[in-house]
Amino acid sequence: MGEVVGFYVLATLILVFAGLVITARNTTHSVLFLMMDFLSVAALYVLLGAEFVAVIQILVYAGGIVVLYLFVVMLVNLKRPPESYRDPRRQGKLGVVLAAAVLVEMVAVAGYSRVAPAPVAAAVSPVVGNTEEVGWLLYTQYLIPFELASMLLLVAMVGAILLSKREL
Amino acid sequence: MVDAVVIPLLKIVIVLVATLTAVSYMVLLERKVIAWTQARLGPMRVGPHGILQPIADALKLMIKEDITPARADRWVFTLAPILAMVPALIVYAVIPFGPAVEVFGRPVTLYITDINVGLLYVVSVTSVGVYGIILAGYASNSKYPMLASLRASAQLISYEVAVTLTLVSVVLVAGTLSLVGIVEAQREAHVWYLFAQPVAFALIVIGGLAETNRAPFDMPEAEQELTGGFHTEYSGMRFALFFLAEYANMIVVSSVATTLFLGGYLRPFPNVAAFGVLDIVPSWMWFLLKSFAFLYFFIWIRATLPRYRYDQLMRLGWKVLIPIAIANLVVTAIVRVLLVARVGADG
Amino acid sequence: METPAVHHGAMFDTDELVINMGPQHPSTHGVLRVVLRLDGETVVDADVVIGYLHRGIEKLSENRSYTQVILLTDRMDYVAAATNNVGYCETVEKLMGIEVPRRARYMRTLVCELQRIASHCLWLGTHAMDAGAMTVFLYAFRERELILDLFEEYCGARLTYNSMRIGGLPQEIPPGWDRKVREFCTIMDGKLVEYEELLTHNRIWRERTKGIGVIDGAAAMAIGLSGPSLRGSGVPRDLRRDEPYAAYDEMDFDVPIGLAGDTYDRYLVRMEEFRQSLRIIRQAIDGMPEGPIVGRVPRLIKPPAGETYHAIESPKGELGFFIVSDGRSMSPYRVRVRPPSFCNLQALPQLIKGHLIADVVVLIGSIDIVLGEVDR
Repeated sequence: MGEVVGFYVLATLILVFAGLVITARNTTHSVLFLMMDFLSVAALYVLLGAEFVAVIQILVYAGGIVVLYLFVVMLVNLKRPPESYRDPRRQGKLGVVLAAAVLVEMVAVAGYSRVAPAPVAAAVSPVVGNTEEVGWLLYTQYLIPFELASMLLLVAMVGAILLSKREL
Repeated sequence: MVDAVVIPLLKIVIVLVATLTAVSYMVLLERKVIAWTQARLGPMRVGPHGILQPIADALKLMIKEDITPARADRWVFTLAPILAMVPALIVYAVIPFGPAVEVFGRPVTLYITDINVGLLYVVSVTSVGVYGIILAGYASNSKYPMLASLRASAQLISYEVAVTLTLVSVVLVAGTLSLVGIVEAQREAHVWYLFAQPVAFALIVIGGLAETNRAPFDMPEAEQELTGGFHTEYSGMRFALFFLAEYANMIVVSSVATTLFLGGYLRPFPNVAAFGVLDIVPSWMWFLLKSFAFLYFFIWIRATLPRYRYDQLMRLGWKVLIPIAIANLVVTAIVRVLLVARVGADG
Repeated sequence: METPAVHHGAMFDTDELVINMGPQHPSTHGVLRVVLRLDGETVVDADVVIGYLHRGIEKLSENRSYTQVILLTDRMDYVAAATNNVGYCETVEKLMGIEVPRRARYMRTLVCELQRIASHCLWLGTHAMDAGAMTVFLYAFRERELILDLFEEYCGARLTYNSMRIGGLPQEIPPGWDRKVREFCTIMDGKLVEYEELLTHNRIWRERTKGIGVIDGAAAMAIGLSGPSLRGSGVPRDLRRDEPYAAYDEMDFDVPIGLAGDTYDRYLVRMEEFRQSLRIIRQAIDGMPEGPIVGRVPRLIKPPAGETYHAIESPKGELGFFIVSDGRSMSPYRVRVRPPSFCNLQALPQLIKGHLIADVVVLIGSIDIVLGEVDR
C-alpha cells in the first residue's frame, strides 16, 4: 500500500518536473527542474529497492551531467529571445517527429516486455546484495553491451577533445 | 515502535545539533589556530578566550539585513544557500561515529543508518552540494560571483573524478561500500588503510581540500581575486548558511577520511589485547579525535600555503591526480586478484 | 600567449566580460581601479584608472612655505614617508646650496634604509596575501611594527613622520636608539629566513610567480620602470650607487638584479634588498660620526630664483623632485614630483595582458605601488 502511494506521488512529481523542464522560460530554471526530476527518479529507484542505481543516478546525472548543463547555460548567452535566430515552426515540426519516434519506441518496449517478460531475478547470480548483483550482471550477461558503451563513451570523449582543441 | 521511530529520530536530532555546534565551533577553532600560527591571539573578548564568539557571530548574522540584489533571480538566490547546506548535513546519516553500544540496556548503534552503498551515498550527496555554489553565482547576477561559480563547477567536477576513482581502490581493498563494513574490514585486516593505501590517502587529502574549496584550492571564494567569490552578494543568515556549509563539508571530509583510512571509531591497535587500557576512551571519542586531527591539518594548510591559480589547479587535477588515481586503482586491482588467487590456491 | 578575442564565434555566442576591479577591491592596494576585459578568465585588455586619491599635493605646495611642504610629502608614499622627506629636503638643499653635516647625512641614510625595510615588509605582506598566503602578511607586519616603534621613538609619529628638516634633522638621535636599531637588525636577519621558508622555496608560490608578467630590460626602461621592478628585469640601475646622495657614497652594498624579469625575480630582488638594507643600516650605525645635525641654514628659507631636479632611490624606485623657485616668495613657484609608483603603474596593462585574473592581483603586488603616491 505504502509503496503504491509512494510510486504515484513520485510519478506525479516526475511528470510535473518534466513538464516544467520544457515549459520554463528561463533556461537555468529549466536545468534546475531537470535536476529535481532526476532526484525524483532516484527516489523511485529507492522505492524499487535498487539503492545502487539510485545513488548512481544522483551521482552521475544530478551531480555531474546537470552541473555540466548549468556550466554551458551560464557560459553561453541565452538571454536573446529564441525567435531571433530560429524558425519556430520548423522547430515545431522537428518536435512532432521526435515525439512520435519516442512514442513508437516506448510502445515497442512495453509490447516487448509484455511478450517476453524479463527474468524476475538473475537466475545464476551467486552473490547477494544490490551492488554485487549489478556488477555480476554487467560482467556476465551484459558484458558486450557494457564494453560497447565504454567504447562509445571513449569515442565521444576523443571527439569532444578534438572539437574543443582546434590546434593540437 | 521505540526502535523503529523514536531512537532514529533521537539520533538524528543529536547528530544535527552536535554537527551544527561543531560547525560553529570549527569557525572559532580555525580563527584561533590561524591566530596562533600568525603570532596573534584571535577572538578574546566574548567569554574567556573568546569561547562564546560563535554565539555572538550567530546573533550578529541573524539580525543583519538580508539583502537580495535588485536584479537577482529571487527564487534561485534563496534556494542556493539551502542547496549548499542540506547535502552537507544529510551526509551525516551514514557516518559511523561508533559501533553498537548499550544505552539503558538497549542496543543502540552510534550511527543513524548503515546502508550497503554508504560510500557511494556520501559521494553522490556531496556531489549535489556543488549546486549551492553554482546557483549562488548565477542568481546573484553579478560578475565576480559568476566567475566564481564557473570556477567552482569546473573544479568540483574535475576533483570529483579523481576522488571517486581513489575511493574505488579503497573499496576494492575493503570489499564493501558500507562505511561500517570498511571500518570493520580494517579491524580484520589488522591495519589502517592509511598504510595499505598510502597513495589513495594522499589523493583523498588533496582532493578533499579541493572539494571543500579550502586553501590552497579556494579559488571559488578567493577573497583577493574575486572579492569573496560566489557569496559576494549574500548577507545575513543566507551568507551564514554558506559559511556553515563550508565547515560542515570540512567535517564530512575529515569524518569520511577518518573512517576510510584511520580506522574510524577503532582505538589504535584494536586487536592487541595489551593496549586494552585504551578502551577507557569510548569509541566515538577516538573517532572525534582522529577527525579533529584532520581538521587541524586543514586549518594548518590554510595558514601556511599560498593559493594555486585556477589553471594550475585544473592541470593538477587532470594531469596529475587522475592518472595517479587510475594507476593506483589498477595496481590495487591486480594485487587484489593475485592475493585472492593465492588464498584460493592455499585453500 | 595568444588568445583570440572570441573563439567558436559561430557555434556559441560568447561575449567578453568587462569587470571593474576596484576602486573598492581588496587587492588593488587602495583605490586603484582596473577595468579588465576578459575572455573567460584571460585578460584581453586592461585599463588603469587612477585619481581616486588625488589631493593636489603639488599644487598645495605652491601655497606653503618650504618647510611646510615636508609635511605634505609625508602624505605621498605614506608607507615610506621618511624617504619622501629626505628626497624633498635634499632637493631644496641642492637648490639653495646648503651643506648638510655628515652626521645628518648618515642619519638620513639610516632612516631611508629603515624605511625601505618597512616599505618592503608591507609589500611582501600584501603581495603574499594577494596570492593567498596570509600568514606572511602578519609576519611581515609584525616586523614592520618594530620599525614603526623605532620611528616613534625618534620623531614621535608612526606613519607620517615629518622627520627631516632642510639642512639636517629636526632633533638629535634619542639615547640608546642605536642599540635598539642593532637589535632590530638581528631580529630581522632571522625573520627573513622565516619569510623565505614560507615563500621562496614554496612550490605554489614559485608556480604563481615564475613566468608571470615578464618584461625585458629594454622594454622596462622604455616604459619608465625604476627601482626593484626595473632591477628585476636585469638593469642594474640604483640611484644610491649611480648618483649617490645622503651618505651612500660611503656605504658598501650590492645592487641585486634579476634575470628573467618576471614576478619571481622582482620578488627575489626585493628580498635581497632587505639584506642589503640591513647591511647599510649596520654600517651607518657603526660609522655614525659625531657633530652637528643641522647645517648652516638661513633663518628664512628663500631659495634663489632657479630650478632643480633631484632624485633619490625610494623603496619603489626613482623618486624625483623638480622645484622651481622665483626667488621672491617664501613658497615654491612649482613643485613637480616624479613618483615611482605612478611611472611603474604604466607597465601594468602591458604586464597583465594574456594572464589570468588571479595573476592581475599578483602583478599589482609585484610592481609595488602606493596609491597615495600615484595620485598625490
